[in-house]
Amino acid sequence: MIYLKEIMLFLGLLLISCHSSALEFKQVQTSESTVTFDYKQMGVPLNGKFNKFSAQVAFDPAKLATAQARLDIEVASIDTGSADGDDAVVGKLWFNAKSFPAASFISTGLKSLGGNRYEAMGKLSVKGKTLDVVAPVTFQANGNRGVFDGGFTIKRLDYAIGEGEWTDLGTVANEIPIKFHIVVNATPGKK
Amino acid sequence: MSTNVERYTHTAIALHWLIALLIFIAFPLGLYMSDLKLSPTKLQLFSYHKWIGVTVFLLAVGRIVWRATHRPPALPDSIPRLQQFASHIVHGFLYALLFAVPISGWLMSSAKGFKTVLFGIIPLPDLLEKDKELGKLLEIVHQSLNYFLLLLVVLHVAALIKHRFIDRDDVLTRMLPGGKHA
Repeated sequence: MIYLKEIMLFLGLLLISCHSSALEFKQVQTSESTVTFDYKQMGVPLNGKFNKFSAQVAFDPAKLATAQARLDIEVASIDTGSADGDDAVVGKLWFNAKSFPAASFISTGLKSLGGNRYEAMGKLSVKGKTLDVVAPVTFQANGNRGVFDGGFTIKRLDYAIGEGEWTDLGTVANEIPIKFHIVVNATPGKK
Repeated sequence: MSTNVERYTHTAIALHWLIALLIFIAFPLGLYMSDLKLSPTKLQLFSYHKWIGVTVFLLAVGRIVWRATHRPPALPDSIPRLQQFASHIVHGFLYALLFAVPISGWLMSSAKGFKTVLFGIIPLPDLLEKDKELGKLLEIVHQSLNYFLLLLVVLHVAALIKHRFIDRDDVLTRMLPGGKHA
């Protein structure tokens, strides 16, 4: 019992040293990262991507409680796979990019699902509407380089993406799976 | 006029008129839909056009297989050799276009990045990768083949009018539904 304090202190120090040697991934490599989506029109599977977005990530595998992620997408940078589509979807009925130029995801929590699998909770704001989303994410670290891969499916009408005649789900399906691939480099953690 | 004209088989007649009907829908549809502003209607019409095209292709396969196994009636001897030859040429091109037009449309669609999904259910493979320039080229090919088809259909109809009202022979009757199969 005499050494209990010392042992606790030792364990405490060990824990801190572990943390300080862990890597914190926070330098997002935008040029290597992608935000893509799938959609279906008349049963035809199509996919697209957003060419311009910025991301902020702070992720230390040992400190999930403080993990943070934020993704801001410039909706006008959309590439739907057809020029016709690109012109249309920035318009009022779809993204209304003039009034709502950005869509954002802001994390509210991160849960470990074991191994390199996580579940990210967050708020997705598109076209002035904010809803909770949950995204399974994997994290693959290779030295200083970390890669997040994940995705979630939104229902476009929840965000009024496609109004008026476009609310017809027989033509363009409601479900839009979104996938992200975010490359983040690490800086040695300092705390 | 002979009342005992040798006709095409009922199957060949049915396929001929079904294909003709579908082409008479798909052709103006194709012209109309291309210039529409993007809307759900446009997407629907494009899909219908493509479904009709695939159907024409499949029926044309049936037509060819049937023809290969069921010899069509010979042209009457009253028709001069040169006209018979011209008729075979036009018919040959018409058959070829029943395949070439849908295939060019399918390839164009793939090159433009749109998979063809028959009736919204059955995906056709993409034989070409997405390629913008190739897509534009194939659009021209598809259009040109269609205008060639239109030209041949005009000739085809002009010939039957000539045979019906000038030569007063029975070549049209061979392809008319309803009669007794010889």
